[in-house]
Amino acid sequence: MNADVLKGGFANAPVDAAHAFRAAMNVMARPGTVETLEGVEPPAPMSIAAGTLILTLCDPDTPLHLAGDWDCQEVRDWVAFHIGAPIVGATHAMFAVGNWNALAPLNRFAIGTPEYPDRSATLIVEREALVAAGATLRGPGIKETAEMALPETEAFQMNALLFPLGLDFFFTSGDQVSALPRTTKVEAA
Amino acid sequence: MSDYNFAYLDEQTKRMIRRAILKGLAIPGYQVPFASREMPMPYGWGTGGVQVSAATLTPEDTLKVIDQGADDTTNAVSIRKFFEKTASVDTTEETAQASVIQTRHRIPEEDLREDQILVYQVPIPEPLRFLEPSEIETRKMHSLEEYGLMHVKLYEDIAKHGAIATSYAYPVKVEGRYVMDPSPIPKFDNPKMEMAAIQLFGAGREQRIYALPPYCQVVSLDFEDFPFEASKADHPCDMCGATDSYLDEVIMDDAGNRMFVCSDTDYCASRRKAGHVGAQAAAASAALKETAA
Repeated sequence: MNADVLKGGFANAPVDAAHAFRAAMNVMARPGTVETLEGVEPPAPMSIAAGTLILTLCDPDTPLHLAGDWDCQEVRDWVAFHIGAPIVGATHAMFAVGNWNALAPLNRFAIGTPEYPDRSATLIVEREALVAAGATLRGPGIKETAEMALPETEAFQMNALLFPLGLDFFFTSGDQVSALPRTTKVEAA
Repeated sequence: MSDYNFAYLDEQTKRMIRRAILKGLAIPGYQVPFASREMPMPYGWGTGGVQVSAATLTPEDTLKVIDQGADDTTNAVSIRKFFEKTASVDTTEETAQASVIQTRHRIPEEDLREDQILVYQVPIPEPLRFLEPSEIETRKMHSLEEYGLMHVKLYEDIAKHGAIATSYAYPVKVEGRYVMDPSPIPKFDNPKMEMAAIQLFGAGREQRIYALPPYCQVVSLDFEDFPFEASKADHPCDMCGATDSYLDEVIMDDAGNRMFVCSDTDYCASRRKAGHVGAQAAAASAALKETAA
């Protein structure tokens, strides 16, 4: 085993995780806002924000899917040591990390059931950059409108139609995070 | 330095609660089941709110706790002390100074800001529970958006009393989808729920968490010919003279004398500090002057 996998966790887990959760909650409650999310150094290609997010939210109770290049030995070892989440295929995942292309097609992921719409996957989409301009967002958490650059708009429109079922998305880049819950109505720029 | 983990709960429990809060925010008004823990206080004393606050607090937060609007009742004082001890957070009684406010059955009079979080203690999270005791049935009713029973209940109010008699825990519909129990806040507070702050609801004994993102549409159920009315006692506050605040009625003696005071103690105190005086406070200070003279 490579000793590097032992590194990169929270320095002070209870406090670092509390800060990380507040950032995650803020962006999920206010689609379009971008916050800094840091405290963790995961192995490449995982971003600091994505690593911090899964260390804050995932544990042995949450099946995790690693998509595309994110499914590599370094990341698997790091997840095994710091989080202990079982690595699973897309169908059984509660959380998934990867870039947009690797996560497609989205219909593999759980969208919840009519009685339990919370039993749906949360996708962590790694991006080159998070830009607060582009598609127009409307919905809960947004006073009038917000803007966010999205990898595409149709997938999010289809997802919103499933409400109250559907997927919830975090977008991460470097140490930045933003989010798009299933309630947000997306309109192409 | 305290011997407790930060904010009392262990990290795995906080992760579980945090996941429930995020799903709650993504599905406004839907009750997310969570594995509620035993807390060092009895059920009914805010164990749900305390768990949500514990998963939300950071060391930099300033916490305010209110019980029916008051900062100085047993419940509020003990929860404030609990987090002073286990999370070393600052506490305050001033609404504007607080970043996290845990509340039992009131929304502060002062408008909340975007950087604030309001955590409600919820006894019975299921608005349909007193109409349908089976959880399997109410869950199905929520999934089918079958809320006719709730309207029948409000209608029966009108048939019996001539008006909708429900005065607290008045049901609301969130974003046109889920009917939600706003916890037993007076219906006077219902219109305030469309606010800038994040609202989180925790029901410990019933093991449910739900949430409202900021600026979420929250509509109190009503009928065209019997529209919702955010009512309060038709009286100004006897201490500070406020006409816009929710009032408690206090029985003063056996002769039937009573006074009305703001239920929000911080609002009333800050108004009195600013020089506002209500009828009974003015009478009392006049009487005091007379005795001194």
